[in-house]
This record gives sequence, C-alpha cells and structure tokens, in this order.
Amino acid sequence: MDLNFTTAEEEFRLKIRRFLEENLPKSGLGAGREGREDKAWLEKSKAWQRKLYESGYVALAWPKEYGGQALDPVCQTIVNDEMVRANAPYLPGGSGLGMLGPTLISWGTEEQKRRYLPKILTGEEIWCQGYSEPGSGSDLASLRTRAEIIGDEFVVNGQKVWTSGAQHADMMFCLVRTDPDAPKHRGISYILIDMHSPGITVRPLVQMTGDKGFNEVFFDNVHVPRKNLVGKLNEGWIVANATLFHERNMLGSATGSEQRFNRLLALTKKIKRGGRALTEDAVFRQRLADLEIRVEAMRFHSLRQLTDQIRGRNPGVETMINKLVGTELNHDLATAAMEAMGDYSMLAREDASVLDHGYWPYEWMFSLGLVIGGGTSHIQKNIIAERGLKMPKSR
Amino acid sequence: MDFGLSEEQRQLKASAREFLSAECAPSAVRKAMAAQEGRLAEVDREIAKLGWTGLIVPEKFGGAGLGILDVAVLLEEQGYAAMPGPFLFSSVLAAYAVARGGSDETGDKLLRPLAEGKAIGTIALAESGDSLAPRDFSTTAIADGTGARISGVKEFVPYASLADFMVVAARGDSGSADLFAVDSSAKGVRVEMLKNLDLTRRVGRVTFDQAAAIPLRREPALYPRLLDIGAVAIASDSLGGVERALDMAVDYSKVREQFGKPIGSFQALKHVAAEIVSEVEPARSLLWYAAYAQDARLADAPRFASMAKARLCDVYSRGTDRAVLMHGGIGFTWEHDIHLWFKRARFNESYFGSPALHRERVAQLGGY
Ligand SMILES: Cc1cc2nc3c(=O)[nH]c(=O)nc-3n(C[C@H](O)[C@H](O)[C@H](O)COP(=O)(O)OP(=O)(O)OC[C@H]3O[C@@H](n4cnc5c(N)ncnc54)[C@H](O)[C@@H]3O)c2cc1C
Repeated sequence: MDLNFTTAEEEFRLKIRRFLEENLPKSGLGAGREGREDKAWLEKSKAWQRKLYESGYVALAWPKEYGGQALDPVCQTIVNDEMVRANAPYLPGGSGLGMLGPTLISWGTEEQKRRYLPKILTGEEIWCQGYSEPGSGSDLASLRTRAEIIGDEFVVNGQKVWTSGAQHADMMFCLVRTDPDAPKHRGISYILIDMHSPGITVRPLVQMTGDKGFNEVFFDNVHVPRKNLVGKLNEGWIVANATLFHERNMLGSATGSEQRFNRLLALTKKIKRGGRALTEDAVFRQRLADLEIRVEAMRFHSLRQLTDQIRGRNPGVETMINKLVGTELNHDLATAAMEAMGDYSMLAREDASVLDHGYWPYEWMFSLGLVIGGGTSHIQKNIIAERGLKMPKSR
Repeated sequence: MDFGLSEEQRQLKASAREFLSAECAPSAVRKAMAAQEGRLAEVDREIAKLGWTGLIVPEKFGGAGLGILDVAVLLEEQGYAAMPGPFLFSSVLAAYAVARGGSDETGDKLLRPLAEGKAIGTIALAESGDSLAPRDFSTTAIADGTGARISGVKEFVPYASLADFMVVAARGDSGSADLFAVDSSAKGVRVEMLKNLDLTRRVGRVTFDQAAAIPLRREPALYPRLLDIGAVAIASDSLGGVERALDMAVDYSKVREQFGKPIGSFQALKHVAAEIVSEVEPARSLLWYAAYAQDARLADAPRFASMAKARLCDVYSRGTDRAVLMHGGIGFTWEHDIHLWFKRARFNESYFGSPALHRERVAQLGGY
C-alpha cells in the first residue's frame, strides 16, 4: 500500500485545481443534469469540453498519436477527483470519451483511430450508441437491424430505440446483423454510422422527466462504407461487449457518486427538521453516514481496480459489480435527497421555490433510468452470478 | 369475529372500479395533467351524481353520513386510477373538518353545496417549515367578534385556485392551533399556484392578510383528528396506487418477451412482484384496522393512523420504483403510464408527514 502521490502528481493536482477555479463556467450549464440538454446547452458544453481539452485535461491516458498525452491513469483519477471537488459540469462527448474511444483504442484500425479519436477529445463529433431495438433490450444479441454488404458498402435497414443523444449526434456506433443464418451472437457486426447520412430518421422520445433525452432511429437503405467496420465481420459481439464493459464502469463510476453525496450533504445541512439541521437528526444522520460509507467503499474499490489496471491484471467479479452497485447507490442518494426535502420534493424543477436549483427531482428520475440503461440491475445480477460466480445458467 | 369489508363496502369498491376504469382511464388522467386546473370537470360532475362528494357529509347537510372505512375504500380506487382533482382534500378532509367543527349554520352553508358537487373545499395546513405542530405555525388567528381574522402564508394547499372555501390551521389567541373556515373570495386571500412534479395533483401557496374566518371548534381537539384522517386518506390512495403499479408490471411481464420467453418467466421478476404483493396485503389489513379505529373512535386510532401512513407510503414508493424497473426502457418514457403512479407515490409520501415523522409518532404514542 502506498497512497501517497508523487510530487509531480501533487503539482499536477494543484494545477488543475487552479484551472478549475479560474475557468469553471459560472452559469447556464448546470453542474449536473438540471440544465436542459437543448442546442444552446450543447454549444456551451462543447465549448467547455474544448477548453478543457486544450488545457490538457481530457482523456489524459490516451495515446499521443491520437491526441492524448499517454499519461499514467493516476493523472486521470486526479482530474476526476478535482472535477468532483469543483462540482464541474459533465462533458457532452461522454459516450465518445467513455465508451467508443476506449473500444477503438483496442479494436479500431489505424485509420479509424486517426480519423475519430481526436474529434472525440475536442468534442467536435458527438457519438450515440445504437444497440437497443424494440424487440431487443436485455436480449441484445437478438437484434435485427440488418446490414447487407453490397460492393464496398453496408446497406442498413431497421430500427434502434432509446438512443440517448441521437438528436445531437454526428456519429453512431451501431450493432447490425450481417449474417441472419448464423447463431444469434455470431452474425452481428459493429459499425460506425454517419448520422447525417441520407435514409436516417431520428424521432425524439420524451422521458418521464419531460425531456427529450432519447430517440427512435430509423434506417432506410443507409449506405455505410465498409471501412467503418470495427473488429471482424460477424464478430461484432465481442467488440460490443468491450464497449459495454466501459459503459458499465462509466455508469457506475465512484466519482459520480461522490459528487452526488457531497451535494446531498450540503443540502441536508440547510434543511431543518424539528428545529435542527437534518444532519443533526438522529435517524437521518444514520442514513447519511450509511450512504457515505457505501460511497467511500466504492471510491477505494475504484482505486483498487485502477491499480489492477496499471499492473495489467484481468478484472473479475469485483469489476462486474460496478454498474449494479453504482447506479443503485446513485438512485438511493437521490431518493434520500427527495425524502430530505419533505413537502418541497413535490415541486417540479421549474418551480421558483424548488430547492437546490431543481437538481434532485430530475436526478431522482434519471438515476432510475440508469438503473435500467446499460443493462438493467436484473441483467447485471445474472452476469455477476453466472460469469462472476459461475453459477449454473437458467436459460 | 369479522375482519373485513362489509357487503356494501365491497359493492362500493366494485362500482368505483367500474366507473373509474371507464371514465378515468390514463388517457383521461393525462387530459387533466395537461389542463391548468388539473382535474376532469366531467368526472367531478359524475361523482357528485354518484353521491361520492357527500359520502361523509352528515345527512342533515345533504350527505350520506358514512364513515372513514367507507371513504378509505373509495380512495383506494381513486388511487388505483390516479384520479386527479380535489376529492380527497375537499370531500374528505375539508368536509370532515367542517362537519365536526362547524356550527349547523356553517355546515349548511359550506357542506350542502359541497355534497351536491357545486362547491369545492380544501385544507391549508403546512407552512414552509417541516412541522405540522401548532406551536410551529406562524399563521395566526385573532378573535374578531364571533369570528376571527387570519394572517400568514400556507404552502402546498391542494387545488387552492379551485377551492370555494379553505380549512385553515392557525395559532389562536390561546396559543393552540385551531381550525378556521375561510371563504376563498374574502378580502385578504391571495392564491399563487406552484408547479408540481406529480401532475395528477395541484398545490398552491395561499397568503392570508387579515382574512375573515369562521372558527371550527365545536368538537375539541379536532386538529389532531383531522391529521389522522389525512394520514388514513393518503394511505388509502397509496394502497390503490401500489396495486395498480403491480398490476401493470405483472401484466406487462406476461406479454413482453426476451430470450424467447415472457419476461415474467424469469425468477428475478417473479421475486420482485412477489415481494411487492407480500408487502401490500398485510398493509391493506393494517389500513382497514386504522380506518375502522377512526370510525369506532378507539383509543389507539391516532397511533394506527400513523402506522398506516408510514407503511403504505413506503410500500407505494418502493413498489412503484421497482415496477418502473420491471418495465425496462419503456417504463422510463413519458408515453408509458407507469410514471403517473411513480410520481404520485412521491407526493403521497411527503404530504401529511413523512414516514419518518409517523414512525416517530408510533414510537411516542406507544410509550417507547
Ligand atoms: C435512460 C436510458 C438511456 C438509454 N440509452 C440507450 C442508448 O443510448 N443506446 C442504446 O442502445 N440503449 C439505450 N437504452 C436502452 C437500455 O439499454 C435498455 O432499456 C435495457 O437494456 C433494457 O432493455 P428493454 O428496455 O428492452 O427492457 P426488457 O429487456 O424488455 O426488460 C424488461 C424487464 O425484464 C427484465 N429481464 C429481461 N430479461 C431478463 C432475464 N433474463 N432475467 C431477469 N430479468 C430479465 C429486465 O430486467 C426488465 O426489468 C437506454 C435506456 C434508458 C432507460
């Protein structure tokens, strides 16, 4: 055990802390998701990502030749910590940075890496994830969106659903069926689709929050160059799982839980119950402390996983639990905040009297969405039991 | 020994289910959600004809003079339908307070039109603090001849803009809270509506500036009893709500297929559904006792009102949360109806005191 950072790392921490103090967008973006994700929001957050990137604080561990700095993953952890501390807004290019980028670094061709990675870093190209279909959610491998190879192109027909951010996206990483006769896991390919191509229709779906957050995406003879295939033809399932691995770690990130806990604690210090701050209420203190304990456990759990990653050790069941534990924890944090607010939790985030800028009513709902998205809690439990604990499969 | 609903109560429940599934389907509820007033005028007219609005109004004021268990049965069905509108606050709580606390003259003036469906009442209790205890109210009432004048700000007043009269809790001269009836059109009453998360309900902020009020003090200690009735009423709505969420999840699990079979065939979903129903059924029995205890004026009625409120609200919140999850992505959409109950559960949980507050009361009244 050595939890000390080197002098260079400590200097780096001070540098980013200063940067954030001086440059954090003061208004309009919202430190969290309370800001509505409209066009104006997108432009502002793209500008924020670009500034962050140009100052050297985005995806530090990525290889230099694709715009990264090839730094130790520890530096990224320092950046994450400081972002939490400063309550910085999240980045619009999240699915590129957190999901596709790492997948391409392992699975992409040289040309794909050079073409796509730099623009993910700057936030110039926004990505969306085309996995789920109306008939294929938990059973993702049953997907039916068809891609036929004609000449040096894929011709795509079918439909995706629940596609987050497709309304703003320039590109989609997409799973398509390229061999309808093979067993379901063996006929899938992973391709990159330009969202501005003819034949694509994006139809927004309204979430229970009242926002248009995800979409239906229809493909009608959409032409995609064959060079946009990632991994081998009909072997997309393994690439898809690489992305899911990154997605699930991102959704379950301890950084996000810490940020929420800090916000919850600040909120409850200001709320009075029985004439005292809620933090002094015997029952609620217990609840808060329990949540903090769970958050801290996940924070150190992520340091342990980071160490394993640096040492090149293969992740096991301890990583499979991230998505389940992290998203349920985030939802518990938001539910605790709603309870803390008492009658004020009745108010919609638009109401002038709503507490904490309306962050919690939205977060309370959205955090439940993330218990579902990226593979539901039930599916995570199946994976943990069957792949992690090697319990017999039931299906 | 006979612990259960009477034949008449069963009939009331069945006819309410039939009426509401026809007239108050989710498509109708959504119309009310989108409308400014947040209610369905047609449904409100029909329920007056059915006699619901006067259900607990004494016969001498044109009502049916029934009890709390009767109304609990009806509120359960309204919760099942997520019925929008002021019924619970008007025909149950405001009616109860005026019937018990008002003079015959006041009853005649306020309750007769309410029973006929021609007037709406509401209750103005909470303030910006978390407490419903009289000593914490900043709203005051000052005697003025035979009446009083009220000043202060009340928060989260249901359907404030629709109400013809309001039952207001205020600190009286003697320091203890009293209930007062205030005509909404009186001078010095100002209403400002708030934006609700649960759109099947509406609440507002009401400012009273020396508004003329009629004291409701015929029956002593009416205010705590009103809080108990409120707790039982919200618990009843919650019972219906969690039943609906469970029905929706179970129905969906029979038709949605993944991995080549109905998702309901996976034990993960069976266990979640079984857990919900295993919480709901004992809670239903608890609620029946709590409502009966009010009618029979048993000594432990206040304690059981708090038990019912705490338990049913917990079961409702947890049940709807897991019911959303059982739907997968579709459950997170605006288009799917499950979020109506998910959000209504949140309203019910905080309104009339959180489960934490009621559990504390259970302990206190239990002498531990
Ligand atoms: C906020 C949000 C954002 C999303 N963003 C995206 C996106 O950007 N791109 C994308 O491709 N998808 C996205 N999704 C879709 C998400 O991945 C799916 O909703 C999820 O995988 C579940 O699939 P489904 O909706 O078809 O539900 P279903 O698979 O129909 O599941 C319904 C219920 O059955 C249960 N179930 C199913 N199979 C089993 C089993 N074998 N054992 C136990 N229980 C089972 C589930 O847990 C769930 O409770 C998003 C979803 C949400 C809510």
